Order: sequence, then C-alpha cells, then structure tokens
Amino acid sequence: MIHRHDVIIVGAGLAGSRAAVEIGQTANVAVLSKVYPSRSHSGAAQGGVAASLANESKTDRWEYHMYDTVKGSDYLGDQDAIELMVREAPETVIEMEHWGCPFSRTPEGLIAQRKFGGHTLDYGKEAALRSCYSYDYTGHVLLHTLHEQCLKHGVHFYSEFQVLSLIFRDNRAIGVVAWDIVNGGLHTFYGRAVMFGTGGYGRAFKITSNAHANTGDGLSQVIRAGLPVQDMEFVQFHPTGLWKSGILVTEGARGEGGYLLNGEKRRFMEDYAPTLMELAPRDVVARSMQTEIDEGRGIDGKNYVFIDVSHLGEAKLKERLPQITELAMNFAGVDPVKEPIPIQPTAHYSMGGIPANANCRVTYDAKRSETVGFYAGGECSCISVHGANRLGTNSLLEALLFGRRAGKQIVEDLSHLEFPELPADYEDAATEEVERTMAKDGEEKAATLRAELQETMMMDCGVFRSRGQLEKQRDKVEELEERYKNIRVEDKGTRFNTDMLEAIELGHLIEFSGAIVEGALQREESRGGHARKDFPKRDDVKFLKHTLAWREPNGKWKLTFEKDVVLKGITHPGFEPKERVY
Amino acid sequence: MSQRTFKIFRYNPETDKKPSYKTYTIEVEPSWTILDALNEIKWYHDGSLTYRRSCRHGICGSCAMQINGLNDLSCELQISNYPKDPIVIDPLPGFEIYKDLAVNMEPFYAALKRVKPWLINDNPPPGSERLQSPEEFKLMGDSIACILCAACTSSCPSFWTDEDYLGPAALLKAFRYTFDTRDEGFEDRLEALDNKHGLWRCHKITNCFTACPKNLNPTEAISKLQRKVVSEKW
Repeated sequence: MIHRHDVIIVGAGLAGSRAAVEIGQTANVAVLSKVYPSRSHSGAAQGGVAASLANESKTDRWEYHMYDTVKGSDYLGDQDAIELMVREAPETVIEMEHWGCPFSRTPEGLIAQRKFGGHTLDYGKEAALRSCYSYDYTGHVLLHTLHEQCLKHGVHFYSEFQVLSLIFRDNRAIGVVAWDIVNGGLHTFYGRAVMFGTGGYGRAFKITSNAHANTGDGLSQVIRAGLPVQDMEFVQFHPTGLWKSGILVTEGARGEGGYLLNGEKRRFMEDYAPTLMELAPRDVVARSMQTEIDEGRGIDGKNYVFIDVSHLGEAKLKERLPQITELAMNFAGVDPVKEPIPIQPTAHYSMGGIPANANCRVTYDAKRSETVGFYAGGECSCISVHGANRLGTNSLLEALLFGRRAGKQIVEDLSHLEFPELPADYEDAATEEVERTMAKDGEEKAATLRAELQETMMMDCGVFRSRGQLEKQRDKVEELEERYKNIRVEDKGTRFNTDMLEAIELGHLIEFSGAIVEGALQREESRGGHARKDFPKRDDVKFLKHTLAWREPNGKWKLTFEKDVVLKGITHPGFEPKERVY
Repeated sequence: MSQRTFKIFRYNPETDKKPSYKTYTIEVEPSWTILDALNEIKWYHDGSLTYRRSCRHGICGSCAMQINGLNDLSCELQISNYPKDPIVIDPLPGFEIYKDLAVNMEPFYAALKRVKPWLINDNPPPGSERLQSPEEFKLMGDSIACILCAACTSSCPSFWTDEDYLGPAALLKAFRYTFDTRDEGFEDRLEALDNKHGLWRCHKITNCFTACPKNLNPTEAISKLQRKVVSEKW
C-alpha cells in the first residue's frame, strides 16, 4: 500500500513529535513509530532539560551554558550549532511550559532547576542550577505533553509500523518502506520531506540504559542508502547504571547531593575531579569509576561501586527522586533511604549519528553539502552539539530544540519542495530484506549472536579501548555478520511477528557496530567518551575533526577525518581548545 | 539458577481456532523479572511467543499483562515474588487479542483522545513561564506519572461491560488537566465526562487502584472530578 503525506517523520520521541507539532499546524504530516508514540525512549530521561532561565542560579546566562557544552564536548562540538542551542534553550523550554508540561516549581512559582554534571556558572567556577525538571520524570512529562499536542493538532500517527528502508535517490529523500507490525505487510510512505528522529544505538552494548527498541535502525538505513554516519565511536557511558541491568539512576541523584563510594568507602572522585567531584561530566566520572573497578577498588573487589543518597533523607528522595527510589527497590533490591545503590557504567547515549546541520538538513560530505528533503534531529543525528561527550540535560534540550528547528525548516522548505516520483524499485530493498529474513532457517539463534555482539562491544569497545581490543572486535563484528546469514527465524507468520523484526534489528546492530569499532580504531587519541589506553592524550593536530564513515559495496568501511570542527559561534568568538580539568 | 514453570496464554487468530495455554519450564537467575523470563523463552525456546516490551524499567508502559490473575508490568516484577509454579501469564483482559499477549490498544487511546488531553487556555501566554506555586503543582498529584500502560482500564469491570466507557486512565488524564491551575478547559471536557459513559460509569470498584503499577489512584481522581462537576453544575 502506498501512503502520501507532505511530510514523513520516523520516530515519535521528542524530536519527531516536536517537529510534527510544528508541521501539523499547516501541512499534512505522518509520524511512523515502531512502538506507540508515548512509549518512545525519550520518556525514560529523568533528570531534566537544560536552559539558562536563571530561575535558581540568578547569574546564569547562555554564554556559561555554551562554555560548559563546548568544554564538555572535549571541543569536538560545532560551536555555531551550540550557540544556537544554548540561546534558543530558554524559549524552547518555556514553550513546553506554555503547552502544559508540568514542571516542578520554585517557591515563587517559576520552573524549578537543579544541578547537573558539567554545568557551571562563570566558566567553571561553581555548579549551576540549570536543569529544569519535573521530579525525576522530566522526559516522561515532556514526551506526554508533546504527544498530546500532536493529538490536538491532528498529526497522523502510524503506530507499530517499523521502518525497513529509506528511499533515497539522486541526493533526494523520497520516503520510507515500513512493515505493519500488527497485520504484516509492506507500506510505502512518500512525501515532500522526510525526517528521521529514530533515536540512539545503545542496544549494541550489554550493559545499557537503553530500551529494547533502541536498535539504531535509522543509522543503518542511512548507511545502506549510501550516506555517511558521523562520529560513531563516541558512545556515552553513563556512570550510574544499576549494577547488572544498566538501568539508569539519574545524574540528578548526584545533582541533589548523592556521592560515589568505592570499596574502601571513600569518595574517590576527589582523586579525579577535585573541584566538581561527582558533578564532573559523565565521561570523566565513568572513566574514574572504571579505573577504580579495574584496579580492584570496586565493592568487595567486584565490578561495581556505590552511589549513596541515603543522607538526603526520605522526604527529599520522595520529593525530588521518586522514580530512582522505586527503580532501586525493584531492580537492585535496595532501599536507597537506608543503603547505598550498586552501580556500574552503562551505555547510555550516542553522540554520533546522521550528519546534519543546525537546520537539521542531512549532509553527506566533509564540506557539509546538503541532501534534499532529508532531515534528522535528536539522538540519531550528529549536528554536532555534543561533540565527544554530551552533558546531562542537553539531550532533552537537543531533541526538543532541533525537533523544533527541523519542523520550522521543513515548513519553510515545503514552499519549494515538490512531491518526488517514486522510483520503480522503491520497495525492492524492503521486500528483499523481509523475504531473506523470513526464509532464514539456519543453525544460529539471533539471540545468541546479539548477546555475543553486546558482550564483546562492552568488553572491547567500552569505556576504555586499545588497538588490540578493537582489532579483535572488528574481526568479531565481521564474524557475526557472516553468522547472521545462518540464523533461524521460527515465527513464519505475518501477524505481529516480533521474531522476524528482532532478527532485522539484529542486522542493524551488527551493521552500525562496524562503524563504531572502525572509528574507535582509527581515531588514535582520547577525547570525551572515546578513551584509548594506547593513546591517552587528546590530539588536536590530527583529530580535531569529525569522523565520517561510509560503507563501501564490498562491505569495508571508508573513514575520513577531513570534516572540520566549527570553533566559532555565530556571534560568539568561540572557545579555544584547552586541557579539560574539572 | 533454578527451574521455573510458566503457563502462557497463546492465540494467533490467523491460525488458531481457539486460545490455549502453553507451558514452558526454563532455568532462571535469582534477580530476573517476569519480562526476563519471557525474553528467555522467546529468544532461546520459542521464537513465536509474542508480547510487547521496550524500556524494561517501568516507564514506557508497553509490557502490561496479567500475571497470576492481576494486571501489572512484567518488567517490574521479580520472579521471586511468585514462589509457586506455574506462574500464569495472560494478556490484559477487555481488549481484542492481536496475538498471544499483545492486545489491540486502539480503543484505549481513542478514549484518551475524547477527554481532550491537552492544556486548554486561550489567553496569550506571558513572555516567561506561567506561574504555578509548588502547592498548585501538587494539586495534580501523581497523575502526571501515568505511563498509559492500561493496567487500570483493563482491570475495570465497568469497562468490560461498556466499551464506550472512558475508563480510569482517560479519566485520570482528565483529572490531570482539570486540576492543572493553568488549564481553563473544564467546560470543554464536560461533554465527554458528564454522562453515563464518562465519570458516572465509575462504581468505585477500585480495581484500577490495585492494578496501577505506579501506585496511582484513579478512583480518587475520579471522585474529585465528580465532586467538581457536581459543585460547578449545582
């Protein structure tokens, strides 16, 4: 079946929904989501959304937010896009409040704000209260508010439609082919503009805070369309994942005063970040934790440390951190009012993604040449406002703000974008993938391959990396890709066939993991979330560049380090790269 | 590791004449949740077993189902909470079965839409945020934490017998906006609320309150809405 809409958006998280609200008021927009929209993973974000409202830290201003974001990015973030983001942050958050988002409040009735890692006043002098929050349900309330705005504006949702391929010809996005999960069968959606808000790729790792759905489908669909992906080696490991499951304990727990303890019951962050301590950025804290664990100072010598919030008291935990109190009880069997919570670094956020500019137009080379009719926003995109490491609360901001920018840009571009012609072979790639997957009757189990991928990515492409590990992991990914041909899909029906869809998702995981590993191998330096034991220093001479990775027809990866980082803001002179000390 | 047995509802309307139960005995880890067990069965024993899941930590609302006769989120419950074998798993009652544990949620979302679940306020907003004191913020109670998992609505006998009933989740959403001091849409929502398929269908059975995995209390919210309707009308 063929569906025609002015605009096709893939993904109903904050970026996709925010764009849809913008577009839905003047044009016909369809949003495709493989889960019901309110179940998108944006809803799992807990601690807050950054904006220098100065409600609590009265001297806060966008220049400080810009400095923190640039420094947090280890200078790999593009400063023009960062300036746009921090300047438009207040109006973006206020707009959500006007649309009814329930925020926690200050005694004066303003949006309440709390501390978060790496956010400071006066260029690093002291921690800033900049994170606008709603208990520790911030992502949840933003997502629901936006979804409700979409309902108000008559946005057309195709829920439980899983996109299989991007139709992209002659530098123009035409549409997507999707599988109707409930009834089975292919549906083609085409329009004058296509936007991806398909989320991150944390599911490539064993310990992750990400949902089962976060299989980075959009990334490999872009790769398969012959387009590059950018900075894929930069994966954020969040310091406070619950031990074993990786489920997120918000950084807000440290923002509210929680601290980290090693096996010696010592606040080890004083050895690594004496000024900001536990509120140093995530890459710094995750590496510090991993070092403690690797050197035998985990709890009882095991692979975890503690976060202790018990001194905050039951009332404050209930007021500020109700969700993590419940999570600790349900998933770690620990009552945080009484005892510390066992934690380990967890794959959390994908700094890399689909290269796009600040207007969310997808670009395809080192000169930032634009594709036509193709847009990306949120975690699947690499604009790049986070560079090598994202600061907490900048992701909800990014998703909202660039969803908004994408929406406005698309509305503007619709004035000259005509409906493209569907090429004759528009459905071939998706048909072939479904037929090939359904026919799979081999010896291997998809789940076994997925577990092997996730375990080895965690072990050899995790918080710390080295040439030996990465070469081994490159071989492993190649091996898994070969074995993937020999898996077995047991469910041969068309109706709600999640067996087939999980197999297809595994294909995505393997595909883009190749780009993560290759980037990590070729980037011989340590920067932000990418830490090489054999190259422990940042190398601005060689690597103050964005990585672009293409997959060639022979399956090999082609990488370039030619795309310059933008070191100046639009109006701001920019921040020169310096050593990063907290 | 220990062995546990799960008796799971199976039905594919495309191929099966009627529903049946299938029993699986698997090795489980002490820390596993019910969802972990379902994943183990699907991934390593029977790929055709069908259910929804995503975040696996109780915030997306995908994996609500009936576990030993009670609606709950499978991702949040430890297997060790259920010492007796078999653990019986059924789909959420009151909805059409798509396949196995996956049900048709469209009526649930349609009901939600009927209460106009968005802020209604036609006054131009100020340049900064609308003010709301912490006390006013708390008038909404925990309702903002609802994850739309449908455990409540699906547990409600009034919903089982009246497919047009809004149900506790949609009414909780109506409460959330009605008791938001920024909202002025009370009159706009009355049509959906003030009739026999709305507020007055609730017979205070309180199944919804028991079923809610987030410990919210839709019954109480409905009572507050009812009192408000009565006091505004008369």
